[in-house]
Amino acid sequence: MDGRILILGAGHAGGTAAALLRQQGWNGPVTLLGEEPVAPYQRPPLSKAWLKGEADAASLALRPETFYAEHHIALRLGARAERIVRGEAGGEVQLEGGEVLAYDRLIVATGSRARRIPLPGLDLEGVMELRTAADADRLKAALRPGAKLAVVGGGYIGLEAAASARTLGAEAVVIELQPRLLARVAHEVLSAFVHDYHRARGVSFELAAGVDALEGEGGRVAAVRLSDGRTIACDAALIGVGAVPNQELAQAAGLTCDGGVVVDLRACTSDPCIYAIGDCTRRPLPLYGCMGRLESVPNALEQAKQAVADLCGTKPPTPETPWFWSDQFDLKLQIAGLPLDVVRTLVRGEPSTARFAVFHLNADDKVQAVEAINAAPEFMAGRQLIASRRPVQPAKLQDISISMKEVAA
Amino acid sequence: MAKITYIEFNGTEHVVDVKPGLTVMEGAVKNNVPGIDADCGGACACATCHVYVDPAWTEKTGTPSAMEESMLDFAEAVEPNSRLSCQIKVTDALDGLSVRMPESQH
Repeated sequence: MDGRILILGAGHAGGTAAALLRQQGWNGPVTLLGEEPVAPYQRPPLSKAWLKGEADAASLALRPETFYAEHHIALRLGARAERIVRGEAGGEVQLEGGEVLAYDRLIVATGSRARRIPLPGLDLEGVMELRTAADADRLKAALRPGAKLAVVGGGYIGLEAAASARTLGAEAVVIELQPRLLARVAHEVLSAFVHDYHRARGVSFELAAGVDALEGEGGRVAAVRLSDGRTIACDAALIGVGAVPNQELAQAAGLTCDGGVVVDLRACTSDPCIYAIGDCTRRPLPLYGCMGRLESVPNALEQAKQAVADLCGTKPPTPETPWFWSDQFDLKLQIAGLPLDVVRTLVRGEPSTARFAVFHLNADDKVQAVEAINAAPEFMAGRQLIASRRPVQPAKLQDISISMKEVAA
Repeated sequence: MAKITYIEFNGTEHVVDVKPGLTVMEGAVKNNVPGIDADCGGACACATCHVYVDPAWTEKTGTPSAMEESMLDFAEAVEPNSRLSCQIKVTDALDGLSVRMPESQH
């Protein structure tokens, strides 16, 4: 409990790991290294409450500014790691500028970055992505009443940004390559519902529409050119087409990577002195008997707990069912589990009431995943059913006169 | 500032000053009080900031919303004084509040 721990990445995962190490009694030096100039903060509100002006910068911070010094955590911000040099019982990290930090144990928490698609015009002013607080500042400044935001990518980030834009009085058009929204991540019933809900609130859509280029005027984005030749005028463009793991440092150091730094359930990498946590990892998903990469705060927290428990010799955390949430207008979307090995999908409730849930069942009528819209009981019960692996009776599940408590009993 | 006492499941007490306007959950997380996970950061989406409000204070902390109720319905070890601490806004009137934590948030 007195070795030197270096945490690479001061996001939600890294920041949480540092705090937990102190909570669990680690006495040795803890250094938290981040590329961004700000202390660890919550990213989810950047496209939601924060963007709409319902949360301020201080409320985004994971911990108060004084926290790190009080807990003897060396917070190094605006610092970029260039290389991990592994040794027998520890190693060192070389920083840009030549400084070298030695570690006994390393935690890689480098996160993910917005996926970039090779489009002409990406360097125009007003073309943005949404990942960091700085990105969110720029987007917020562009969302003046009457301004028109073009969102390339109909995923969660893009839809949250579009909803926030409308709430702020800006126009929003979402352009999606697939014929439906959330195509990679949600059931079509949910896609259709979200589409109609956004349309009714003034968001316009271009589905099954490829983007050829961003066009500018005087160096500033003015339109998105679609593959069919049409152009969509805009004052700002947000590109939200997924994320890729920041695994390059780990990979260059010879750690096993496979679309993410490969870890076990202790969050340990192929080097016993190095852990990896959060968006940058590919991790076991015990409920599904496979490996996967999860981009969510609950995952970052769970893996931070796993790593810290292993380091401190404390009780490992209870395994989590993967889950995440999204807020769009007044909708609360809560999604748990992964729709793997699904043979049947049931809808509980009526989408037209804006309160329903989509349950994904496997061949044994066990719940693999649930997508709940303004339906907290369905989400909570669904999450428990996914974890318990108890089969459900489909007829009961679809009958809204039977409470979820009873369905899950 | 409102003085709030957080009592861990094992009995360990943490007394911290919380700025009015923050939530009871934020008061714990920002002061590194263990036992309140708050996975969703206060969006009332996860029920991992479950606390038991000291019965003397339940009137002042108010009643849960329908959303909070249905989240609590499925939390572990729920009691009549159970609340999600992200849904309790701290005011000067809560100076002296005491909350206990469940054994686990998961």
